[in-house]
Amino acid sequence: MSLWHYAFVQQALVAGAVTAIVAGFVGPFVTARNMGFAVHGLAEVGFTGAAGAVLVGLPAELGLLAACFAAALAIGVLGVRLRERDIAIGTILAFGLGLGVLFLSLYTRYATEAFSILFGTIMAVSRDDVVRSAVVGAVVLVALAVVYRPLRFATVDPEAAEARGVPMRLISAVFLLILALAVAEAAQVVGVLLVLTLLITPAGAAQRLTPHPGLVILYSIVIAVVATGGGIACGVVTSLPVSFFVASISLAVYLTARLIGPRAPAARRAAA
Amino acid sequence: MITGGPPAVRLERASLRLGGRPIWTDVSLTVAAGEFLAVIGPNGVGKTSLLRVVLGLQSLSAGTVQVGGRAPRPGNAAIGYVPQQRAFDPDLPIRGRDLVGFGLNGHRWGVTVRPEGVRKRVDGILRRLDAARYADAPVGQLSGGEQQRLRIAQALVGDPTILLCDEPLLSLDLHFQQVIVQVIADWNRSRGATVIFVTHDINPLLSAVDRILLLAGARWAAGSPDEILTSETLSRVYGLPVEVLRHRGRVLVVGAELGGHEPVLAAHEDVIG
Repeated sequence: MSLWHYAFVQQALVAGAVTAIVAGFVGPFVTARNMGFAVHGLAEVGFTGAAGAVLVGLPAELGLLAACFAAALAIGVLGVRLRERDIAIGTILAFGLGLGVLFLSLYTRYATEAFSILFGTIMAVSRDDVVRSAVVGAVVLVALAVVYRPLRFATVDPEAAEARGVPMRLISAVFLLILALAVAEAAQVVGVLLVLTLLITPAGAAQRLTPHPGLVILYSIVIAVVATGGGIACGVVTSLPVSFFVASISLAVYLTARLIGPRAPAARRAAA
Repeated sequence: MITGGPPAVRLERASLRLGGRPIWTDVSLTVAAGEFLAVIGPNGVGKTSLLRVVLGLQSLSAGTVQVGGRAPRPGNAAIGYVPQQRAFDPDLPIRGRDLVGFGLNGHRWGVTVRPEGVRKRVDGILRRLDAARYADAPVGQLSGGEQQRLRIAQALVGDPTILLCDEPLLSLDLHFQQVIVQVIADWNRSRGATVIFVTHDINPLLSAVDRILLLAGARWAAGSPDEILTSETLSRVYGLPVEVLRHRGRVLVVGAELGGHEPVLAAHEDVIG
């Protein structure tokens, strides 16, 4: 029997695919709204949540999800304007990591748990984890579909969107919550320290390939799925960390898109 | 001018304070349906804020404002808005036609299920504004004049009866300034649409405007170009000796800053030289 017939590999692939679809869909909005720092901040607070959950005997994934969500609410309340947002994120992030250190010192067996939260646990997902990530993924996709048009309008052309009656604060808040769920999903696959490899890099590569907003989302999803699936496959074959391979494939696609994509700087100059 | 219906915009003893500072005070003005009003005045006198009041995004500190006979509210489909120009990131994955399409359904929840109707109307307005050639290019890589035409297309695609433009001529060369004014003046005449046009340079608009609103901090004045653009009126409103020179249909103001972003003399070098 080959490795692919083991339940843990299949579960990893399903959870990985769901996560990659969610991250690939959310990614273009993260890059367009310049929210890379928010992604990183949410993920690190997620780490604290996971650590706290382990401390009181709850599943780490639950703590991760709850903490991401709470942090998104806090950032949304504190940082309405763009310039305040980075300050709010930095402040909450630092406090969150402070708590994380406290939890780490209180829980003696913490080293392995901490390592897997920081760098990913995809090869250890259970059937329950798969179901939960599918449910969270479906919630994110439905929420994104509901806010899709006003979110795009508010992101690209905020003054006109506001005049047209788009509820800007509501849209920002809803997107932060969507982002929190997507970060919690991605953290499970690649770990909280590597979420940007699924939430920024595929979108960054995709927007080098086409200016068509719908195609950017499609390409971003495809790249995220390829990186995740390829990363899991390489991890299974080599027994080295999956996160390393996901990040490597992501980077390779991004560099390729930058160098040879139709929207690479060289091609733009030639066309002008 | 169309009579009978409610005026497009009516301000009564309207005052605006921002951060405790008075911006403009006791402005009473009725903009008739179909009128072309230019709003001029130095930087920081609240020209953009006036548009935001009409859009329902900024409330007055005193007085009343009505738009089409009712209190202003954001999202009023009768209003098209061209916000002050802001450069788009060159890598932003948005095409010209996407930007224009926002004007039709960007504010609606959900995703576009049937894009055909939107595409048809977007194509129509792009053809009308002669912007179809670059409609599929990323907006961030277009010139300022091309981006400005797309913004105007976005404001017009919903067929508004009131068009609010905030400095749409900023950073455009003289040729493009004329093109943009022509497009808006055409819309004003052919559709009977009201235009409120904030500008730092009145010259490109002289053939199109019906009236000018001059905001100058403590004082304001409204009237026809011939009434407003005189040494007497400007000296009174600014409280300084101001001289207006006319040369070959262009206006040169000496002694005061007429508009927002460039010194007036530099803006009119072609007249002097």
